[in-house]
Amino acid sequence: MSATTVTDPVGPQKVLPPGTYGMSGLLRSEWTKLRTVRSTMWTLGVTLVLGIGLSALATAETRAHWSSMGPGDRLSFDATQTSLIGVFFGQFTIGILGVLVMSAEYGTGTIRATLSAAPRRPLVLAAKASVFGAVALVVSELVAFVAYFLGQALLSAPATHTTIGSPGALRAVAGSGLYLCVLGLLALGLAAIIRHTAGAISAFIGILLVLPLVVAALPNSFGNEIERFLPAHIGQAIVSLQTGPRSFAPWPGFFLLCGYAALSLLLGGYLLVRRDA
Amino acid sequence: MIEARSLTKHYGSKVAVDQLSFDVRPGVVTGFLGPNGSGKSTTMRMIVGLDAPNSGDVTVNGRHYHDLPWPLHEVGALLEAKAIHPGRNARAHLRMLAETNHIPLSRVEEVLDIVGLSAVAGQRVGKFSLGMGQRLGIAAALLGDPEVLLFDEPVNGLDPDGIRWVRNLLKGLAREGRTVFVSSHLMSEMAVTADEVVIIGRGRLIAEVPTDELIAQSSQRFVRVRSPGIDKLRAALDRDGATTVLEDDGSLTVRGLDEASIGELAASIPVALHELSPQSASLEEAFMELTESSIEYRGSSAAGTTGQVGA
Repeated sequence: MSATTVTDPVGPQKVLPPGTYGMSGLLRSEWTKLRTVRSTMWTLGVTLVLGIGLSALATAETRAHWSSMGPGDRLSFDATQTSLIGVFFGQFTIGILGVLVMSAEYGTGTIRATLSAAPRRPLVLAAKASVFGAVALVVSELVAFVAYFLGQALLSAPATHTTIGSPGALRAVAGSGLYLCVLGLLALGLAAIIRHTAGAISAFIGILLVLPLVVAALPNSFGNEIERFLPAHIGQAIVSLQTGPRSFAPWPGFFLLCGYAALSLLLGGYLLVRRDA
Repeated sequence: MIEARSLTKHYGSKVAVDQLSFDVRPGVVTGFLGPNGSGKSTTMRMIVGLDAPNSGDVTVNGRHYHDLPWPLHEVGALLEAKAIHPGRNARAHLRMLAETNHIPLSRVEEVLDIVGLSAVAGQRVGKFSLGMGQRLGIAAALLGDPEVLLFDEPVNGLDPDGIRWVRNLLKGLAREGRTVFVSSHLMSEMAVTADEVVIIGRGRLIAEVPTDELIAQSSQRFVRVRSPGIDKLRAALDRDGATTVLEDDGSLTVRGLDEASIGELAASIPVALHELSPQSASLEEAFMELTESSIEYRGSSAAGTTGQVGA
């Protein structure tokens, strides 16, 4: 470069490991990231406490008022769904954790360290989604099964209860855990698209709570047709033992939700590659 | 080795980096100088692939950053102090970076020791001072024992001890044969740290020179002259081959003639002299002059503005 340059000094001649960095290292890194911030413990802790606690409250309350319930109410009582009521509060906490896993990287600037260490960006998002998805699934299933068994135990005679072998019960319990996990992945994808914690949480809450209100305000014939496509409605169908006339059946609904999550992650991944970090 | 070729980056209609080409070679500390907002950080981000250039190219050891098999083993970068999750502790931050590139966890303890953060490694980063954040960022850059190191304003927020420490660290790394590229808006800092400097202004290359050459140029003396007959004197000085600049305060800056010759010339006209004082520009002034000219002559080519250095 300049006339004073003679010969380049010999560098440290570093020996690199064979191959390249990849998924195994990224998975370990994402696991470290997830377990070394307090927000993870908070959101998961609240998911467990509220998910199980509210289910226990709802079932104990039903049992306490069983004698005063009318025969019609008793007949239409869905013991499985009532014991899984806490799962619906888990939607928000798991969703918020899904958002934070991605948006906190942007909020704190860690994304630049992350992407300098691993410039193949889709791989980073895949590792993040895998680790978060696995943790969310374990916690969600734990909540669902504990809430179910605790709830059924609290629904002592004369109240009716179900067993895990009852038709549709296992599907509702395991399905509600799966539902939470996929919803969390949808939230993670939203955060990759929006890149701001508050914005992504707003979008997520909007999809869960505001969209159903908007659809309800539409003319009936039209609104009913759209309603079954909403994530919250799909969740209802998974958890309840009776499928409404205009709902998707539980599994088709679940796969549609998986499609939504995949779409948000793919769009998030595309934007992650396209945009400057 | 870092090679930038016609690197250009726009943000909307604003040009952050404009046709920037330079080389950073191993074994020396290369300073990257420019006023705030001149495109230093953007350039650094493009080197490590965080921002994509609109045109042009930059490679590290002959490869695009994106194609490095083990990025942290090859390039270490401190881009922003405290771009770290405040809720995570220092050790965990380094650990999650180490894991991505299969760096042994013992190395985390080593770099914590190098930067002097071992005692606070278990503390949440949110409680760190700016200086501690800088040290943690430097630890992260050193993690993979890389041959190429980038530091964006590493001495910001450090106390004098810390600044001396960074200076010696950078020099030591270069002595080991590494490529060390360090940005600063302080010419004085680079004068004692860098062996070579790449100077930019408004995203354009102004100069790419060994530091001692720059110092030699900038320590050129000039004479400040005040006189009631300044116009007459100036005309005579110009005739005698001096370079004169009339300053805003009415004084005349004269280069190319010493104070004795100027005094004799004034006596021969004759004009009275109210001031005749030899001056030497500081390095910082030289730098300001350089970068101001990049603003003044921003329409002209980089080669043209480089010519201003020797004038």
